[in-house]
Amino acid sequence: MRGLVISWILIGSLGYFVLPWYVTGDGFFSIEWLLYYSFEDYGSAVAAAFANKQYWLLPIVIPLLLPLFAFNAKQNTQFYSNLFIYSGILGFAYLFLQGFSIGIRGWNFEVFLSLFGEVERQYGMGIGAVLTCSAFVFYITHGLAARGWLNGDNFIVGSIGSIIILVSLFVFFPIFRMFSFAFKSSGGGYELINFSNKFMNKGIWGLDCVVSNYGCGVVWNTLTMGMLSAFSSTILGLGFALLIVRTNFKFKRAIRILSVLPIITPPFVIGLAIIILFGRSGAVSSFLEWAFHIEPSRWIYGLPGIWFAQTLAFTPISFLVLIGVVESVSPSMEEASQTLRASKWQVFRTVSLPLMRPGIANAFLLGFIESLADFGNPLVLGGDFDVLSTEIFFAVVGAQYDETRAAVLAVILLSLVLFSFLLQNQWLGKKSYISITGKGDSGIHPQLPNPVKILTYSTIIPWSVLTFLIYVMILFGGFVEMWGVDHNFTLKHYIEAFSVEYMSERGLLWTGTAWNSFSVTFLVAVFSAPPTAAIGILTAYLLTRHKFKGKNAFEFGTMLSFAIPGTIIGVSYVFAFNVPPIEMTSTGLILVISFVFRNMPVGVRAGIAAMNQLDPHLDEASTTLNASSFQTFKNIILPLLKPAIVAALIFSFVRAMTAISAVIFLVSANYDLATSYILGRLENNDYGLAIVYASVLIVTMLFTILVIQLLVGKRKLGRRDQDDTFLHGNMG
Amino acid sequence: MKKSEVKFIDVTKKFKETIAVDNISCTFEPGTLTTILGPSGCGKTTSLRLIAGLERATQGNIFIDNDDVTLLPATDRDVSMVFQSYALFPHMSVVENVSYGLKMINVPKEEYIQKSFETLKLVGLESYEKRMPSELSGGQQQRVAVARAIVLEPKVLLFDEPLSNLDAKLRRQVREDIRELQQELGVTTIYVTHDQEEALAISDKVIVMNNAVIAQQGKPKDLYNNPKTSFVANFIGDANIVKTQIETRNKNDYGINFGGIQMKISSNIDLKDSVSIALRPETIEIIKEKTNNCMAAKIINASYVGNCYQYVVSSSVGELFIVSNETVNHFKLNEEVFITFDESGITILED
Repeated sequence: MRGLVISWILIGSLGYFVLPWYVTGDGFFSIEWLLYYSFEDYGSAVAAAFANKQYWLLPIVIPLLLPLFAFNAKQNTQFYSNLFIYSGILGFAYLFLQGFSIGIRGWNFEVFLSLFGEVERQYGMGIGAVLTCSAFVFYITHGLAARGWLNGDNFIVGSIGSIIILVSLFVFFPIFRMFSFAFKSSGGGYELINFSNKFMNKGIWGLDCVVSNYGCGVVWNTLTMGMLSAFSSTILGLGFALLIVRTNFKFKRAIRILSVLPIITPPFVIGLAIIILFGRSGAVSSFLEWAFHIEPSRWIYGLPGIWFAQTLAFTPISFLVLIGVVESVSPSMEEASQTLRASKWQVFRTVSLPLMRPGIANAFLLGFIESLADFGNPLVLGGDFDVLSTEIFFAVVGAQYDETRAAVLAVILLSLVLFSFLLQNQWLGKKSYISITGKGDSGIHPQLPNPVKILTYSTIIPWSVLTFLIYVMILFGGFVEMWGVDHNFTLKHYIEAFSVEYMSERGLLWTGTAWNSFSVTFLVAVFSAPPTAAIGILTAYLLTRHKFKGKNAFEFGTMLSFAIPGTIIGVSYVFAFNVPPIEMTSTGLILVISFVFRNMPVGVRAGIAAMNQLDPHLDEASTTLNASSFQTFKNIILPLLKPAIVAALIFSFVRAMTAISAVIFLVSANYDLATSYILGRLENNDYGLAIVYASVLIVTMLFTILVIQLLVGKRKLGRRDQDDTFLHGNMG
Repeated sequence: MKKSEVKFIDVTKKFKETIAVDNISCTFEPGTLTTILGPSGCGKTTSLRLIAGLERATQGNIFIDNDDVTLLPATDRDVSMVFQSYALFPHMSVVENVSYGLKMINVPKEEYIQKSFETLKLVGLESYEKRMPSELSGGQQQRVAVARAIVLEPKVLLFDEPLSNLDAKLRRQVREDIRELQQELGVTTIYVTHDQEEALAISDKVIVMNNAVIAQQGKPKDLYNNPKTSFVANFIGDANIVKTQIETRNKNDYGINFGGIQMKISSNIDLKDSVSIALRPETIEIIKEKTNNCMAAKIINASYVGNCYQYVVSSSVGELFIVSNETVNHFKLNEEVFITFDESGITILED
């Protein structure tokens, strides 16, 4: 214990006395700051305080070293725990207070200027500040543990404390910052009137489309889009699920594979494919003109195109939700119904369908949330049809550059999504008929009644063919001059994007235009996957195995970032992290962090699901065998959670490779990402290159998924692998 | 192995509003095997988990060898537990499971390997060390769980319904093995079960729990012969509980009139006029001819269960359950008979 305390005091001191306190231009890991070291530019807090007259940094040393007095005190005394708690809180609070008060132009608030006079300016916090801050967090959690929280377990209290701090900093703080921007006037003050002026806007709430030819407000557009896409993707998802579970359809495997594909597809690739097929010069449009003399038009741009693309994109998600629902309807209930003289159709209508109803509603809400948060498809296919997510983007990026408008729109979108999320979480989450009894359900699901079967086949099969066609096009579209116009074989798109040249004097040259963004994307995805999985699994462990006050709030907070649309994350990160104390826009780090906290909830979900499969007696057995909670986590939980870890790693990797909505705001010249590069190509109508890039991404992802699976490996449970009785415990 | 004493002093455990253990005080003698017996939900497993350190007592103190361990987490208590589900780590081999606890306290490798092998030998599982738990039978898994617990030479060994996942035949065998091992090691052992036969068979002492409190504790024989409450009388063995009136009093000796039969009983406590008594079914005898001190009865149910006959008779004191070893000259349904009572089989209940 003493060793732990000493090491943290040392870490904090290293941050305070030695390492650069402020951000270093090229990042900590480039050694530039060592080569050009000077107290002024790269000094530690102490050095900077004297070299740059930043004297306000000096008091930090007091709470940092205060715990040294604890060395003679006993662990479980009031004095010991209070010393740690108060030093930690004091240090942490002071660190942030000074950070927010003094910025790049000196005092941030006039009040302080008049009180204390002029001060020197300061930049964003660097590695030194981060380490010192971590030490303060440790002091707080160690003090709380010493006070007896959670059985005095340092690992558990420390983990909970760290996760709370991280989530507050990277989820709640940016959102809060964004809210404050919604009230900001052009002059810089914050007033309610600014918000209401921007909020009561015809462009947002107008209902012109009902009575005239003008478009409706962006909120109504968004809601219409959400409802339509949620409805169609739920129906199709249910169709797929019924087809797989309840019929003996021959090509089940093919459909399953097909249904996974959209998950690893970069977002607007589907939109792109739709344009190439149905756009003005698209293949289908040209065919229709040739065959039936139908004038090609721009009908696909707008609601029809978005709806079509979103349905293609979200059906697999809804399918994955609904297949669980369909499978979990207990066959014994349906068999009971059959023995009570119900026909197939009656069984389906009176038993199966009502039992699935909560699951179906759940899938609908998920589709709705996904649709509202979608950015790629409306951007590519929207035309004049504005929705919230794209409007936010244009408010910040476009010529209008109106931060307040962006913030107001973001607040509206966030409220809509959070409302749906709460509805889904609170109301439907509990209203479930699925019961796990532990008794084996050995019944057989009855086949679908014929009318339902025919309906299912007749929608699903054409739909699958269409999906298949789109993917074939993505794969082969890169090899022709221009799809739909000139189908001569060519490699020019590949050469332009991914060419490599060898020059004897300069070695290998990555001359393709896509290499830069491709390598950044790949590295960001690789770096963000492990922390995502780690935080997710750790959170899941804390939530399932430990009881503590505020656990529900803790769970809600960690799950929340999943419901927040990427566009909002992007905007709020820009608002929050482009000024000190945390200054990291246009770095690679901000990309990694945004991915970690956006995808973490999936890690949590995967972890919770897997933890619930593990007999809690396993942890208890480990604890009674002298293992600490950390050792138990490392030796028992982690090895048994390998499948969940793989799932979380793959998911966060794939999401990082394909995300667009959040990162479109965060990319920079040095750190461009594949998706924003593709978007740039699309804007120039350079479809060939976009297709080539998309198919390379898909292949890369498939390959990496394979590597992750090989690296992490499977858990080995003996000859009869995955003998479930062990994980569940053979209770009664 | 160490012989340690475990002591509960006014221990209470609450889960939110429900009280799982209500102000319990008791002692588990060094080197003995004590069983905590009770129906499900009586607080017996919670008591065990309190000793293990897997739960924190809400009030009161728990002592192991006069050290107050109430606030000590499970990791730091010198206590091992065999779980109902065995909780063998499915991703570790048998020997890895057994040596796990030793590794956690940094025992050198040669030593922990050697100790694990010795322990596996002790439970009769040598040459199984490389198997994974899923490759063992239920009984073998159980022995691995025991080996994993005793390899640490704990002060106290805990069993949480260890036999409930075994089939009936194996159960008797394993419980004898456990008793034998406990005697051999001399370790203080606390054993939780809901099976009264199991409890009587292996224990030095039985603590019967009901509704979060101790209903009665004592040696197996005392509990069977002198149950204090109707709950204990019914839970340990079968009993007929009958209300009766005190007719004569003479210090500790009382005379009762029991359906016309005069009987003498003695009790240390001052009895009210109306008391309940427990009659063990095997202490009631059915006879054909009327004798002194007998009562008329009628057979209303007779069932043959192999080694004995079980009867239900109706009499002037109500329906009585009777067990008779006589299987050849048995009685028939609706036969009019007489019954007599063995005074030593009668216990006065306190409730």
